[in-house]
Amino acid sequence: MKLTAKNFTTFLAGALFATAAAAETELTVYTAVEAEDLARYAETFNASHPDIKINWVRDSTGIITAKLLAERDNPQADVVWGLAATSLLLLKSEGMLEGYAPTGVDKLDPKFVDNDNPPAWVGMDAWVASVCYNTVEAEKNGLTPPTSWKDLTDPMYAGHLIMPNPNSSGTGFLDVSSWLQMFGEEGGWAYMDGLHENIARYTHSGSKPCKLAAAGEIPIGISFAFRGAKSKAAGAPLEIIVPSEGVGWDMEATAIVAGTANLEAAQTLVDFTVTKEANEMYNTGYAVVAYPGVAKPVEHFPEGLLDAMIDNDFEFAANNRAAILKEWQSRYDGKSDPKN
Amino acid sequence: MSVLSSTSNKLPEGPVVKGKLSRDDIMMRGGMMVIALYLVITLAFPLYAMLSKSFSTYRMELSQYEFQVSDEDGVFDGTILTGAQLNRETGAYEDLELSTGSDGRLPVTKFFPDFSFRSPVMYMVRNTAAGGRFLVGSKLHNDLEWVTLDSNTFRRVQLRPVKATGVDNFVNYFSTPALFNSIKNSLWIAVISTIVTVTLAFWFAYSLNRSCMRYKGVFRLIAMAPILVPSLLPGIALVYLFGNQGMIKELLFGASIYGPIGIVIGSVFFTFPHAFMIISTALAISDARLYEAATSLRASPWRTFWTVTIPGARYGLISAAFVVFNLVITDFGLPKVIGGQFNVLAVDIYKQVIGQQNFEMGAVVSVVLVVPAILAFGIDRLVQSKQVALLSARSVPYQPQPNERVDRLSLAYCTLVAVFIVGILAVCQFAALIKFWPYDLSLSLNNYQFDKMDGGGWGSYYNSIKLGLLTAVAGTAIVFFGAYLVEKSNGFKLGRALFQMFAMLPMAIPGMVLGLAYIFFFNNPSNPLNGIYGTMAILVICSVTHFYTVSHLTAVTALKQMDREFESVSASLKQPTMKLFTRVTVPVCLPSVLDISIYLFVNAMTTVSAVVFLYSPKTSLASIAVLNMDDAGDIAPAAAMGMMIFYTNAAARIIHLLVSKGVLTRTQAWRTR
Repeated sequence: MKLTAKNFTTFLAGALFATAAAAETELTVYTAVEAEDLARYAETFNASHPDIKINWVRDSTGIITAKLLAERDNPQADVVWGLAATSLLLLKSEGMLEGYAPTGVDKLDPKFVDNDNPPAWVGMDAWVASVCYNTVEAEKNGLTPPTSWKDLTDPMYAGHLIMPNPNSSGTGFLDVSSWLQMFGEEGGWAYMDGLHENIARYTHSGSKPCKLAAAGEIPIGISFAFRGAKSKAAGAPLEIIVPSEGVGWDMEATAIVAGTANLEAAQTLVDFTVTKEANEMYNTGYAVVAYPGVAKPVEHFPEGLLDAMIDNDFEFAANNRAAILKEWQSRYDGKSDPKN
Repeated sequence: MSVLSSTSNKLPEGPVVKGKLSRDDIMMRGGMMVIALYLVITLAFPLYAMLSKSFSTYRMELSQYEFQVSDEDGVFDGTILTGAQLNRETGAYEDLELSTGSDGRLPVTKFFPDFSFRSPVMYMVRNTAAGGRFLVGSKLHNDLEWVTLDSNTFRRVQLRPVKATGVDNFVNYFSTPALFNSIKNSLWIAVISTIVTVTLAFWFAYSLNRSCMRYKGVFRLIAMAPILVPSLLPGIALVYLFGNQGMIKELLFGASIYGPIGIVIGSVFFTFPHAFMIISTALAISDARLYEAATSLRASPWRTFWTVTIPGARYGLISAAFVVFNLVITDFGLPKVIGGQFNVLAVDIYKQVIGQQNFEMGAVVSVVLVVPAILAFGIDRLVQSKQVALLSARSVPYQPQPNERVDRLSLAYCTLVAVFIVGILAVCQFAALIKFWPYDLSLSLNNYQFDKMDGGGWGSYYNSIKLGLLTAVAGTAIVFFGAYLVEKSNGFKLGRALFQMFAMLPMAIPGMVLGLAYIFFFNNPSNPLNGIYGTMAILVICSVTHFYTVSHLTAVTALKQMDREFESVSASLKQPTMKLFTRVTVPVCLPSVLDISIYLFVNAMTTVSAVVFLYSPKTSLASIAVLNMDDAGDIAPAAAMGMMIFYTNAAARIIHLLVSKGVLTRTQAWRTR
């Protein structure tokens, strides 16, 4: 009897130790996903994989990208879950991503999967530019709602527009790169010259223009649809406008950082990110997700957004990023100096 | 060595005493070396790493690439062309265009004037040196193999730069007007803020020191309040006051708060206590005999003011001006929150590093920013060294006489300033409690649900407290011990002078620059200290080093009260110096030790710029959360977190006050006989 009890204790201790050891796998996950969604993502993942703990590093797209590039020679992250595909392309071109074809990747829309074999990254959802329009403040200022990007250059909107600085915001860069693609190189810069006349100031983050529009600080914010829908749901007098020329978009994607010490856990996580379950989870905030047939309409989302998404060339965006940002800075950054 | 020490100390040379002394000397010098080493590793090496980074450029080494072009049928004739050759022949790129950032890319189709992506011509490309890099689309090729591509794919080839050394970054910087403008902006803002702050602080200090107005203690407390909050908090308050939905925006008559006006008002708020403290000290010591002389000479009050008061306080005024100038020009949080499109140097560093991942250019702007900061610091030191004691043994301390008009005026003026300071804080607290400004003014605690906000949860608040405590404990130990060794060890003049210089240097280094320098130094994989990157340790080290100078000066001042004879006496009593240190020196200096701790704690709680590049997931901080929440547009939660920092620091101050009182009555009884 005594022997069994002892065996039992040993077994129990062993089991305890085993769970402790298994629970010890911690993944450092870099992300640019909105903070309020992160807890939910981790919870859903941990429901099926309680043994892997996620340590989030959350910051805006630009900052996370900078962090990853700075740590190029000494990566701190194991996985990037939810970063712009253009940023991941930058990392890929530095040889920083570990190619991996997650189980079930073939079920995704191929548009959302890197075309290398094995893919360096897989997409989660699309994140689409939009205009947030505060109806209360606009009426106070006697504005009429714009219907296109070109409308926004109307002198009527002078000082009533705000957009993110592409030098520090992924959303800002997405706007600029989509205008350059839609209007052509020359047309794009000419358009931005006109737009610049109306811009009150440039913000550092992509969600701030919409939040400022929601707060009535500035009537019109160039931001993204998801943020607009959230602010509207929170009770802001917002209208989300989809410009008629089409809207730029980027996708949030997932990748494994090359050199991770926790490759197996990282692969488990990435396997999860392409599942139907995960895509249903993304759908709470995003109208367009990688898994076909999952997307249900999101409350307050503008209509026709899907059709308005332009045929985005991510490679163009990634490879010309440095040049575009330099040009943008020399044209508009600090240009508000009264003399210029 | 022993000869040196004994001559400087003029001790009678006895064999036994000398032996004891030497051992202590060696120990003290060893200790000094350890702390000097600490400063070298945490200050000199990182700054050097940053300086070398500013000269590290990226260049397209065209000679490292070889190309082959086929004929229309796709057959190669074996002619190999290098990139350099092609560029010479076609003149596709100018020399300066080939210098770029780490992120630079160069398309190659310009090398082939007849290039058409529809043509059947094939192209081959390869690196000739190991480690050369080019992209086909986003696929990296860094081996020496030939890659054969059709025309349509060949246009997706992008060359990548290699590292080089040179002044290209500086040339680029000074030829980019958008960046160059910031120097002018920064200087201008700093000068205006300095003039306004020093003027306001002077009259405030004057009222408190030279009038008999009431409630002096209250005003003194209020004047110190801004030191307890991060510099970006006034920016947030100004948005609520003067923004487009501001409560009293009419007062700006249509001018925008986003820009120089906002930066100046905010800067005045957060630099006010610093200027006030220095000027108040200068005004507190003055010789009443000079005023008596002025009165008996029948000088008008106005004349007395300009001939007696101002000259007496001039060193304080100059010092205050330089401190304010340095604080404003190196501050990053405030212009980021309220600067609008008005670019300043500190924000440029942030944008270069965070936005464009251009670390080299960030280093260049840092070098540019250090120049005015070091200059201001150097001039201040020079002026201070000329200062002579104003108060001699025969001086009679000045006592203000009641004067109803002056007292009432002083009270009115101080009230105005106090309303400004309290008002800014009150607006932040109000903003934090409003549900949805300006559409839903009901009160709620929603904004305190930090875990749901972008930028940092409650965890970051606890991290900040941890950082504050660790910085206070470790910092006080390092600083006080270092100051003790410098002040009390014998001989070794050169070493002590060098140490003094090192201890003064952190004052001149902007936090932003220090933080960036730490990335370059500590995140280098070949650095054996690489392990501390991303931990709480690097934040503590950065904070201790950043706030070293003021703590060091406080410690030195305290130690100067103790006669060096104590050491000699203990030596002749054959007591080890360390015993003297723990039994006498530390207890005597305890009030200053506590002052240093609270100074370090408060500053570690509020600092943004020094740690903005260094925090990691596990070590996010409250002050950073304020920045990030504001950045994401969550302005009310940012105000809420800022006020949490304020209350924490205020509580720490109160505890410090109580502890100091208790300690003073216990250990300082000897001061009163």
